Amino acid sequence: MKELLPQIDQWFAEGKRVAVARVVGVDGSSPRDPGATMVVSDAGEVAGSVSGGCVESAVVTEALSVIESGEARVCTFGYSDDEAFAVGLTCGGTVRVLVEPLDW
Amino acid sequence: MTGRVAPGGGIFQALRAALAASRPAGLATVAAVDETAGAINVGSKLLVVPGAWAPAAPSSEAGVLAGTPGSEAGVLAEGAETLLGGFGDADLDRVVARDVRAAISSGLTVTRHYGPHGEARQMEVEVFIEVFATPPRMIIFGAVDFTAALALAAKLLGYHVEVCDARAVFATRERFPMADEVVVEWPDRYLDRTGRDLGPRDAVCVLTHDSKFDVPAVLAALRTGVGYLGAMGSRRTHDERLKRLLEAGAEPAQLAERLMSPIGLDIGARTPEETAIAICAEIIASRTGIKVPSLRRREGPIHRR
Repeated sequence: MKELLPQIDQWFAEGKRVAVARVVGVDGSSPRDPGATMVVSDAGEVAGSVSGGCVESAVVTEALSVIESGEARVCTFGYSDDEAFAVGLTCGGTVRVLVEPLDW
Repeated sequence: MTGRVAPGGGIFQALRAALAASRPAGLATVAAVDETAGAINVGSKLLVVPGAWAPAAPSSEAGVLAGTPGSEAGVLAEGAETLLGGFGDADLDRVVARDVRAAISSGLTVTRHYGPHGEARQMEVEVFIEVFATPPRMIIFGAVDFTAALALAAKLLGYHVEVCDARAVFATRERFPMADEVVVEWPDRYLDRTGRDLGPRDAVCVLTHDSKFDVPAVLAALRTGVGYLGAMGSRRTHDERLKRLLEAGAEPAQLAERLMSPIGLDIGARTPEETAIAICAEIIASRTGIKVPSLRRREGPIHRR
């Protein structure tokens, strides 16, 4: 998250609300380690990443929803037989992303 | 909600202030809670900033940071460190704070599981511990062309880069604008002065090529806990340096274990820029423990004809 702090500062200075999404768990092959961070403003602006680009747009949708609801949630993305996994990592791994409003 | 404050809240501001002051910090966040675990909120947080540290708090946050009784983000004054937030259970807070301190020491972000009161070997509460480490240090001795290229590559990898040479005419800001610090000082004195805290994540690269400078530099670096120590030079320079190091009292076993000389991976690098990549790649490989061909493992000239 450290490298995104200047961006977060800027959004706060512009009066925007912000959600932060961090990889908290990976299973199998994944491009980014736990701690990889993406931040999203309520205007839909994005900085950082949580994968090699496979799940970012789904995370933006989750982040905007989290900004509205104010409730943190964990989203799981990966290859699975379970139909709930609509968005996958092409590398075959599973990644768990904690998406939360930056209100702390 | 325990541990939660108003938007733009105190934990984020305190984290921001700690990082601005170049302090390491650890932030624990509850990522998941089993429904049997009771009233612990996903997203609740505990910030740990070890060591004596007084955040330069904006006045609006002063009440939170000073731990005003009854404030939502309670400050647990414990020793000289800063603790902010909490999960609403004193035992869980204590156990997680301990694990955050350990994570900060190792420099590794981790996910851990606990019982609702911090019990080990239980899975009800998942806590994500993000470590905000200070940048590792790379100290480069010798203000030569290879130094400029290595300093650039090291910045790419996130190092705090310090260039040190005893010769004031070479060690100038103008020649090394990419370095965080350019110091005119004898290498051994510089290390004795600033090297006490060097650890496994840090690197010392001796590029002086001159035994007058690099023998004292290597000896001083061996007295520190630095994780990577390399010295540049041809096979002849290396042999000569080894002889002088042994004469100066260096332990043969310690040299064999810690000194990467000639410095760098054996990838056929020739230019200063390619050599910088060979050195950085060797530093990465020494951290990950992956066996790759280092120049010091091979006989014969460094530059194949």
